[in-house]
Amino acid sequence: MTDIAEVDGDETTVEPEPPNVHGCPAESVRGETVVHVDVAAYEALVKALHDEGYTFCADLCAVDHSANPTRVLPDGLGPERFEIVVTLRDMAQHRRVRIRCQVPGAAPTVPSLFGVYPGTEAMEREAYDLFGVLFSGHPDLTRILLPEGWEGHPLRKDYAHGKVPVQFKAPQGARHA
Amino acid sequence: MTDVTDLNDDQTEGGQELQLRADTDPLELLREAGAVLRLPEGPALDPADISTEVGEDETMIINMGPQHPSTHGVLRLMLELDGETILRTKPVIGYLHTGMEKTAEDLTYVQGGTNVTRMDYLAPLFNETVFSMAVEDLLGVELPPRAVWIRMLLNEVNRVSSHLLFMATNGLDLGAVSMMIYGWRERELVLAFLEKVTGLRMNHNFIRPGGTAADLPAGWQDDVLELCRVLPPRLDEYDVLLTGQPIFTERTQGIGVLTKEQAIALGATGPVLRSTGVDWDLRRDQPYLAYDEVDFDVVIGTCGDAFDRYAIRLEEIRQSLHLMEQIVDLMPKGDYRAQDKKVTPPPRGRIDESMEALIHHFKLFTEGFKVPAGETYVAIESPRGELGCYLVSDGGAKPYRMHIRGPSFVNLQTLPVMLRGGLVADAVAAISSIDPVMGDVDR
Repeated sequence: MTDIAEVDGDETTVEPEPPNVHGCPAESVRGETVVHVDVAAYEALVKALHDEGYTFCADLCAVDHSANPTRVLPDGLGPERFEIVVTLRDMAQHRRVRIRCQVPGAAPTVPSLFGVYPGTEAMEREAYDLFGVLFSGHPDLTRILLPEGWEGHPLRKDYAHGKVPVQFKAPQGARHA
Repeated sequence: MTDVTDLNDDQTEGGQELQLRADTDPLELLREAGAVLRLPEGPALDPADISTEVGEDETMIINMGPQHPSTHGVLRLMLELDGETILRTKPVIGYLHTGMEKTAEDLTYVQGGTNVTRMDYLAPLFNETVFSMAVEDLLGVELPPRAVWIRMLLNEVNRVSSHLLFMATNGLDLGAVSMMIYGWRERELVLAFLEKVTGLRMNHNFIRPGGTAADLPAGWQDDVLELCRVLPPRLDEYDVLLTGQPIFTERTQGIGVLTKEQAIALGATGPVLRSTGVDWDLRRDQPYLAYDEVDFDVVIGTCGDAFDRYAIRLEEIRQSLHLMEQIVDLMPKGDYRAQDKKVTPPPRGRIDESMEALIHHFKLFTEGFKVPAGETYVAIESPRGELGCYLVSDGGAKPYRMHIRGPSFVNLQTLPVMLRGGLVADAVAAISSIDPVMGDVDR
């Protein structure tokens, strides 16, 4: 992967089959540009795209791919357990780009996009809450949907769910005697 | 694979509540005080304005909600007040979290609609539409035109009912209790039509991957045209009751002001974004369904205040009615679902005479259908803004991951900006103008 600084800013993503975007491997999935990146180049890529006109962050979410053997990634990019998926919009040119960032399962930490897109604050908290991915530089990385004392991150694939035994028994009491 | 849960707890697990200034991260302090732009666009708020030296006895941190009647459900706001002036705001959410994204991973694509329809419960047909469109995108199923137009009709009808409910609650929050009665009355007319079409007033599960559950009932054109005839005079009554009324304008104009740059930076969409003057509507700017074949205006505001957001929604009802009239004229004939044996159950009549059809029907509703591996993001314009669905399939009959981008969830982040420097009483107007639905926020 080439350094982001070496790529000229005049590179566009509107080609029908974009080979790479700002030095990161890209593909066209059903007409939409998808850029693959690892943690090291993630922040620089997002900043470059922001400067290119993608001023609106529509969505940020995490995926735990540990139980998904069907994933296909471009050569040279190792599949990791987590993916952070960011959807950016260029409102002026009506373009959309999706970034898929590979995040290792052992120490899932990615730079926060709060400085570039303040609107990702709640989305990153949600990804942390449900997946346990840490966002360095996030101002307030606390649980957002689950209570403070919750153990574990429930949208991980190894999180035991549906394991709480449900007891079915006849109600007790005078009316049911 | 090492478990990082313990690691996280030390580093990041902290209080979700609003903390004292001395205990708050400086960046977070700025955010809670409504400064969002530390970008080249220019600072909206000078960091020097935020003092960390304010004594604990000079300000007061209070809770608004989660059981406050004006918070539209269980939204809890923590406000730092100096007298009646709001200095910092932090929304605390999650009281309605039921893990619907996790639930979705245990439901087949056939069952998924019943799950997503309960997210934004005031706009259930939009949830079903975005989920169905994401599934169809991965399947590569092409819909017959009538299915597309039925979806568009139901989306617009649902937009009217959702905005009417906003009219009702917005009036209620600001003391115009009669408005609540009127808004609910008109919404009931719209819901009666939806009930006739889908069988249910809410949570319809009518729009499904592959088309819709049934065709429109006989005489639907008359029902739609009746709505288009009855509602505009009532909307004119709203104009008299609210738009030109001094108390209402006094309570909403200049309240909860947001600028273009702030709205874009915070990811706000829908009427909240359009009120600031940003001309952006996914129906027009990224056409889906058949919105490029109908004529409608995107309504935008200029001031970015609570009044603009009210006026935009009122006008959007009129635009939706205009769209509904066009759809009645243009509705194509044909099938209401794709005749793809993979996703479409056989007709009821065939089940009685063909064993294969019975087996096919049984398999489809027990095992569901398999969706090719892949991932997609589909977004539509719900009454509250961009409603997105990120869907990952591993080739099975259940989604590997389904994420819904809820517009209310993201729009709530504008509250610290809107409320800073305002009065507590105006907070009610600002919250109401975002029109958050907590089912959509917490999912």
